[in-house]
Amino acid sequence: MVRLIGILVGIFFSGWLLVTLAVGFFTWASEPKVETAEHVFHEHPKALHLASDGPFGHFDLQQVQRGYKVYKEVCSACHSLRHVAFRDLEQLGYTEAQVKAEAATWMVPGIDPVTGEDTMRAALPTDYFPKPYPNDVAARAANNNAIPPDLSLMAKARHNGDAYVYSLLTGYQDQPAELLAEFPEAKTPDGLHYNPYFPNLNLAMAQPLVDGQVDFDDGSPNDLDSMSQDVAAFLVWTAEPTLAKRHATGWPVVLFLLIATVLAYLAYRNVWRNEKH
Amino acid sequence: MSFPWANHYQPTNPFMRWMDEKLPLPRFVYNAIGAGYPVPRNLNYWWNFGVLAGFCLMIQIVTGIILAMHYAPNALVAFDSTEHIMRDVNWGWMLRYAHANGASAFFVVVYTHIFRGFLFSSYKAPREMIWLLGVVIFLLMMATAFMGYVLPWGQMSFWGAKVITGLFGAIPLVGEPLQIWLLGGFAPDNAALNRFFSLHFLLPFVILGVVILHIWALHIPGSSNPTGVEVKQESDTVPFHPYYTAKDGFGLAAFLVIYTAFVFFMPNALGHPDNYIPANPLSTPAHIVPEWYFWPFYAILRAFTFDFFFVPAKLLGVLAMFAAILVWFFLPWLDTSPVRSARYRPMLRKFIWFGFVPCMAALFYLGGAPAEEPYVMFSQLAAAYYFAHFLIILPIVSMIEKTKPLPNSITEAVLAKNGAAAAE
Ligand code: HEC
Ligand code: HEM
Repeated sequence: MVRLIGILVGIFFSGWLLVTLAVGFFTWASEPKVETAEHVFHEHPKALHLASDGPFGHFDLQQVQRGYKVYKEVCSACHSLRHVAFRDLEQLGYTEAQVKAEAATWMVPGIDPVTGEDTMRAALPTDYFPKPYPNDVAARAANNNAIPPDLSLMAKARHNGDAYVYSLLTGYQDQPAELLAEFPEAKTPDGLHYNPYFPNLNLAMAQPLVDGQVDFDDGSPNDLDSMSQDVAAFLVWTAEPTLAKRHATGWPVVLFLLIATVLAYLAYRNVWRNEKH
Repeated sequence: MSFPWANHYQPTNPFMRWMDEKLPLPRFVYNAIGAGYPVPRNLNYWWNFGVLAGFCLMIQIVTGIILAMHYAPNALVAFDSTEHIMRDVNWGWMLRYAHANGASAFFVVVYTHIFRGFLFSSYKAPREMIWLLGVVIFLLMMATAFMGYVLPWGQMSFWGAKVITGLFGAIPLVGEPLQIWLLGGFAPDNAALNRFFSLHFLLPFVILGVVILHIWALHIPGSSNPTGVEVKQESDTVPFHPYYTAKDGFGLAAFLVIYTAFVFFMPNALGHPDNYIPANPLSTPAHIVPEWYFWPFYAILRAFTFDFFFVPAKLLGVLAMFAAILVWFFLPWLDTSPVRSARYRPMLRKFIWFGFVPCMAALFYLGGAPAEEPYVMFSQLAAAYYFAHFLIILPIVSMIEKTKPLPNSITEAVLAKNGAAAAE
């Protein structure tokens, strides 16, 4: 009985799937394929090599500090960094006093101690990075109806996030003539900007960074490419400040377990030495 | 029950003797996983995975309890509290990665454990109850993992929850009210998040209870073995301790190397980047996909694209997805062959390795692929084979197949194998 019902159920499910498959194949084969501009012109991120890559990866603190400067002087006008506090900057090699001074260069919302009214005050190390816009409506109003996303987790919130940020920042260009010839309706709308690394090719962020925009105290190169790498490295840190510690902890753990595996194997062979199996 | 030649617990230490009279817990352990439990001497590494699954359950419970001390099940702060664990809680990143990758490891191990069941027909009498309880465990694991994935309240958490609870909406008449009742609202929100957290905390202990029954049921006939020939004499077995504690210990250490490599060096490799974006009911992700371990069943769900007369395609997909797991309950009765191990069932063996394994590999891949052609057509083909394998091929093959001669006993098989090895 079970077998009979089983075979009938099996014939039903498998049979119906095969019928669907046959019809689906027929429509698929007979319908013309429509290509879209996104499909043809979208590009995967360019290769980017950072010190944080791979199982030995750690942070190049000089580079992350430069990236912080780019964030502060450029990106912070539009993008928040809500999971990062000023105290976290100590992990980038700054002293407590330096962090205190750095925090004080930022203004955060506060309360007037006398009147209780809302005011702005200098930030303390315990504060989190402030939001550039008071609310989403203001953010949209200033950015052609798009909200600049929070950048704290950006490097983990996109496939291959660090390379994606780097490619996006360096990827702005004019729309290729072939694109316009092939897909006239895909012309970049007013207020948006063409970038082949962005999933639908047009985004609301104008090219934020150009050659020489930020000056580094130690005279490090400040061309667009280098600064984009620096800010990508900074966003890897903001996305996971514990990354270097994770790698440093992982090696002893894995090596210990490898040795334990060898010892366990020898113990197993020893226990079983007189027992054929 | 045990075999008559099992070692007997004889405590020599006066304290242990006193303990044995008052509460014979050490005796229980001795008989369950100690020297008092005789096990076939020829078990291979496929039989290691039950112990590994038990270990995974422990990892999940321990890391989960600590995570729950820091996590806040409220839609306003759930995402931030997860990031708080990653950044501010001491070793919080390690706990969270251990728990997330622990879930994946658990499924890898349990899928292997179940596949061992298919290869050696472990579901057959007298072990049907072990198998049935196993399928119950698997269903509970799926529910637990699904609700756990909702907790960080990222984009995939939210949209995954929405799509999966939306499946209940496919049920005729009661579907929509049922869905609203389950979620406590029209879409996943605070009410859903809170109950998912509560159930996600509870279910692992329910699983633990069913695992205890599973092992209890196992101890009645004892383990099967790669030949599928039952134990007949003392020389067929060895005591669990030290023989299998040593062998399983080696397997466990090797497993931990791979598991910790994921936790420390590629903790996000199996996750989806969108879950690092806070849940946003107004922005639908380009591709909504569940976690990888649900992909085969997700592929089956999406393979149904045509209504069958008055039955809508969506309902068919939901029925097929549940049927895909529920068929496992009937395997002990669908498979009538007197022989267990696929080693001696040449036809079944070919169907498993050249039909079922490629079919599962395809379903795993296709469930994660976008719902577009040609992927949908391939999932239809693979899903058709899936049902045919269990419901048509298995019953028919088990009736008509000419099996190979079985060894007379485990001992004979072991000696033959070692003799052949020695002669080479
Ligand atoms: C003038 C405001 C502005 C500035 C300055 C700015 N951005 Fe943006 N950014 C935006 C807006 C608006 C969007 C949303 C674009 C959209 O969704 O179309 C955005 C989106 C992004 C994205 C996400 C793209 C995606 O995949 O969704 C990244 C990454 C990004 N910006 C990085 C940066 C970095 C790094 C800087 C500093 C070098 C920066 N932005 C400076 C306005 C700005
Ligand atoms: C939390 C999950 C699970 C745990 C902890 C667990 C544990 C175990 C253990 C320790 C054994 C004995 C060792 C072995 O044979 O590997 C075992 C055997 C078995 N398990 Fe599980 N199991 C789990 C899930 C499942 C599932 C999902 C199934 C099937 C759907 C299943 C089916 C079986 C069967 C049939 C046996 C007997 C195998 C034989 O003797 O040939 N188990 N289980």
